[in-house]
Amino acid sequence: MEFVKKNKAFCLFAFLAFLIILTAVFAPVVTGGVSPTDAELRNALQPPSAAHPFGTDKLGRDVFARVIFGARSSLISTFAVVGIIFVLGSLLGVLAGYFGGWVDTIIMRIADMMVAFPGMVFAIAVAGILGASVKNAVIAVALVSWTKYARLARSLVLKIKNRDFVAAAIVTGSRTPYILSRYMLPNVIPTLVITAATDIGGMMLELAGLSFLGFGAKPPTPEWGLMMNEGRQFIQNAPWMMFFPGLAVFIVVVVFNLLGDALRDVLDPREE
Amino acid sequence: MNLKQLGKRLLQILIVTLGITFLTFLITYLAPGDPVRTMFSASGVVPTEEVVQATREELGLNRPVMVQYFSWLSGCLHGDFGTSYAFHKPVAGLILDRLWPTLKLSLLSMVLMLVVAVPLGMIQATHKNSPLDYALRGITFFGVSMPNFWVGMLLMLLFCVKLKWLPVVCAGKGFKNVILPAVTLAFAMSAKYTRQVRTAIAEELNQDYVIGARARGVENWKILWLNVFPNSLLPLVTMLGLSLGSLLGGTAVVEVIFSYPGLGNLAVSAITSYDYPLIQGYVLWISIIYMLVNLAVDISYSYLDPRIREKR
Repeated sequence: MEFVKKNKAFCLFAFLAFLIILTAVFAPVVTGGVSPTDAELRNALQPPSAAHPFGTDKLGRDVFARVIFGARSSLISTFAVVGIIFVLGSLLGVLAGYFGGWVDTIIMRIADMMVAFPGMVFAIAVAGILGASVKNAVIAVALVSWTKYARLARSLVLKIKNRDFVAAAIVTGSRTPYILSRYMLPNVIPTLVITAATDIGGMMLELAGLSFLGFGAKPPTPEWGLMMNEGRQFIQNAPWMMFFPGLAVFIVVVVFNLLGDALRDVLDPREE
Repeated sequence: MNLKQLGKRLLQILIVTLGITFLTFLITYLAPGDPVRTMFSASGVVPTEEVVQATREELGLNRPVMVQYFSWLSGCLHGDFGTSYAFHKPVAGLILDRLWPTLKLSLLSMVLMLVVAVPLGMIQATHKNSPLDYALRGITFFGVSMPNFWVGMLLMLLFCVKLKWLPVVCAGKGFKNVILPAVTLAFAMSAKYTRQVRTAIAEELNQDYVIGARARGVENWKILWLNVFPNSLLPLVTMLGLSLGSLLGGTAVVEVIFSYPGLGNLAVSAITSYDYPLIQGYVLWISIIYMLVNLAVDISYSYLDPRIREKR
C-alpha cells in the first residue's frame, strides 16, 4: 500500500492498462456474445443505435464487437514487437559492448545503416514484400526498431565494463556467460525497460499504420488499422466505421504512453 | 566540415545505400510473392507454365540473386533504373513524375510545422510550469498519441464531407489539393517538435549568460530571439533532419488517404503488385534524399556553431 500512495499516477495508469488487457482477454463477455465476424447484409451501414452502439459496417457486422475484439490483435502484435526488439536489441548491444572488436563492428555498422535510413519507409517495403499478415508486419517493424536498444545497451555496458568489480570477477575466474548475465544484463535492463514501456504507444501506431495501408491483418480479422482502411471508403455514408477504431487506438496509445512516462518517474526519479 | 570528412560521409552514404538496396533485393528474392503471376492476373490472363517461365527468363528473374543485384546496380550507374512491371515504363520517369508532388507536400507540412511548433515551444519554455505550459503539454501529448491517418480522415470528414470546402480526392494539380494532406502530416509532427523545442529552449535558458543579460537589463524578447534561439538552433536543426525520416514514411499513409498523386502512393501500389523494379527505385531514391538532407544538416553545423569549425 505504501507503494500505491507514493506512485498514484503509475498505479492509476497501470490499472487502466490492466483494464484494457482484461477487455481484450474477455472480449466475448464484454460484447455480450455478439460475434465480430457475423455478417448480416440487411443490416449493413447502420448508424450507431441501442442494438449496435458503434453502428455496423459494410457487411452488417457490429462495429462495437469488432473494436473490442480488435484489441486482441493490436495488443498481441504490439507486445510481440516490443518484446522482440527488447530481447534482440539488448542482447546484441551487450555483446557488442562487452566483446568489442569485430563483433562490435559488425553489429554496430548494421545498426548505423538502419539509423541512416527512414525506418517507416523500409518497414512498409518489407511488410509489403513479405506479404500482408500480422506476423510480417511485426517482423518489419521489429527489423527497423531494434537498433535503439542495441545502442543503449552497448553504451551502458561500455560504462561499467572497466569498473573494478568486473575486473575482479574476471580475475577470480568467473566465466564470461556468468559475467554477462550477472553483471552486464542487470545493469542494462532498468533503462531498457523504461525505453520499452515508452515505446509501446509508438509501436502500436506504426503497426496500425501498416495494417491501414493493407500490409498487416487480412480481412475478416477485426483489426483497428484494417477497420479504418475499410471505413475510409465509406467516410461519406458511414463515418462511424473509421471513427471508433481510431478512437480505440488513440485511447490505448494514450494510456500506454502515460504508463510509460509514469514508469520512468518511478524507476528513474532524476527526470523532471 | 572539411573535405576529408565530407569524403568520408559520402562514402558512408554510398555504403548504406548499397546495403539497403541489397537488403531490399534479398527480401524480394526470398519473399513468397510471384511478380510474374501477379502481373498476368492483373491483366486478367491465366498464364500457362511455359509462358510464366518465358517471362521469368525475359525479366531475368531466374538468375541467381547476386547476378540480378549487380546487373540492376550497373544499370543504375548508367541511369537505367529498370522498367516497371505494372506500368511498362522506365522506373526513373515514373518516380520523377511523382517526386515533385511529394516534395511539395513534405516542404509545405514542414513549414506549417515550424510555424506552429517553434512559437509554441518557446512560449512553453519561457512560461515553464505555468497553466499555459501544462495546457500545451496536454495538447501535444494527445497529439503524439493520435494515429496520423485517423487525424487525416477526421479532417477529411469535417472539411470535405460536412463543410465541403475541399475535395475528398486530392488528385488534382491545384493548391487546394495539398492543404489537407499537409495539415495532416504537420499535425503529428508539430506535437512532437513542440516538445523538442520546449526542451531545447528551456535548457538554453538555464545558461549563465541569460542570467547575465537579464541582470544587465536586456529586454526579454531580445535575449530570446537574438541569443537563446540562435544558440539552440543546433539541436533543433538536427531533430528537423531526423524528423524528415518519419515525414517520408508518413507521406505514404497520408497520400493513400487523400488519393494524392505522390511517391508514397506509387510505392504502396508497387508493393501490392510486386512491382520489384519500382520498389527498388523508391527505396533507393528515398534513402538518397534522406541521407543527403542529413548531410546538409551536418554541414550546416559549422555555420550554426563556429566552434565546430574552429576545432579542426
